[in-house]
Amino acid sequence: MSKKPFRPDVDAPEYKGPYAPYDIIKEGTIAVVVVALLTVALAIVFSSPDEKAITIKTWSTAAPVDFAQTALSELNGSSGVAGYGAPYNNGGPSQGWGFLQPEHWLGVHIPINTATDFVLNPLESQPATPSLSAALSQWNSASSSAQTAWTTAYSNASAKMTFSGGEVKVPTTKAGPVPVLINALTQMARSGALDQALVTQKGFYTTNYTKPLLFLSDGAYLGNLADAQHLGGDQWGMMNETGQWPGQAWLWLYTFWYQIPPWSTSASGDFLVWGTMMILTALFILVPFIPGLRSIPRRLKIYRIIWREHYAAQE
Amino acid sequence: MSTTEIERQWTSRLRKSVVAKLPPDKMLPDTQPAYVASWIYVFGVTTMAALFVVIVTGCILAIDGPVWWHSSSLGHFVNSMHLWAVEIFFFAMVVHLWGKFSMAAWRGGRSLTWVTGAVTFLASILAGFTGYVSQTNFDSQWIATQAKDGINSTGGGAFFNVLNLGQMLMWHIVLLPIAAVVLTGLHVVMVRIKGVVPPFEEKSSEVSA
Repeated sequence: MSKKPFRPDVDAPEYKGPYAPYDIIKEGTIAVVVVALLTVALAIVFSSPDEKAITIKTWSTAAPVDFAQTALSELNGSSGVAGYGAPYNNGGPSQGWGFLQPEHWLGVHIPINTATDFVLNPLESQPATPSLSAALSQWNSASSSAQTAWTTAYSNASAKMTFSGGEVKVPTTKAGPVPVLINALTQMARSGALDQALVTQKGFYTTNYTKPLLFLSDGAYLGNLADAQHLGGDQWGMMNETGQWPGQAWLWLYTFWYQIPPWSTSASGDFLVWGTMMILTALFILVPFIPGLRSIPRRLKIYRIIWREHYAAQE
Repeated sequence: MSTTEIERQWTSRLRKSVVAKLPPDKMLPDTQPAYVASWIYVFGVTTMAALFVVIVTGCILAIDGPVWWHSSSLGHFVNSMHLWAVEIFFFAMVVHLWGKFSMAAWRGGRSLTWVTGAVTFLASILAGFTGYVSQTNFDSQWIATQAKDGINSTGGGAFFNVLNLGQMLMWHIVLLPIAAVVLTGLHVVMVRIKGVVPPFEEKSSEVSA
């Protein structure tokens, strides 16, 4: 039989010492009972958070101007989702690093046209009124340059947007049908009808909330509520939870990168964070096979605390 | 049927292989090496116990559907148990991981035991995440709208849409629990086959190759 050098970080010595009684079934049973009781106790004492979901209706009721301005950005293509890029549309640059452009490679798989999906289709699903029908007809038959001129005029005046008497008001006369469209969508949102229209554009049943969530994420309302609950990306929000409950604390390293440059400042920050975490994850999984890395435990000597009785018995 | 024919059966060969690699006294041992005498060893079984409670409470939540717990005090309590079992699960699992890292528990042909444990940790993170975005409350709305950017940047968002409640819920209650349980099972079987890693030998020596 050949001999090869003992590699202390790869090989384990053969144990020839004593054995102690061990009841694996009893240990497992006790563990389940203790964890179950601890869980019950924690649930009784601390409960769990359940902050009610917001709706387009609650958003447009609480912040009608923010809603109307977001609706305008969806109509004129200036919103975050309109300029997002893949997988929703070709509206913006994809994230990547050098030749690595997976977002671009995989392309548009969940097509979203914000003007059509968030504004025009929902309005067309509404019961026809003379003013709304005329506005939709005027918009749909206009050239793109005319549409741009209207939304630009409306956008320029939207800093003075107000909501009073149940209506969105903007001081301009050059915006064509845009004031009617934005006002009608705001009314629709405040009635609750837009919530339903955004999830039912593809039939009766749905479990897909992509459109209303994207619409919500374009406004300031959702983000402001999240910041107030310390859930923002720059507040380590990924590992926080509403209220004072613990969240996904195990994501601490993932959210850490979002706090420091260049990950926090790069236009491809998400991609860089994921790339960094994928490399670290690969190292974590493959520790046993990586020289140097697999030597760390032997050099740290924390094992001497774990096996202190074993080493004490040897001395 | 001849003895040789019986021995060649897939069933016979599988049984012999399983029994050879994992005899009953290894699968359900009644003794263990004396060096297994630290509180750190408790966290492996604690992780499994917490996983059991997570699955049981998740099954109870599944009975009346994903929004039941918002309107029922009993449902809310079961949800609280589910949450705290998850917190215990991750706490115990992380301590278990650091403990096993400190012992270099991959030594002596136990590399795959480490790998299955590490992959189980990752599958559990994904299972936890899909649970958070399936809560059907404000928290799930915010987490989903934020997480989409990270996943989209990898191209994965084209197929794994965190804004699609139905998709996330199915991953959370079917695919990822199966992955976590299968991986945990493999991990435990490997631990039983190879035994608990012995302490570092502090004197230089050689082993037979």
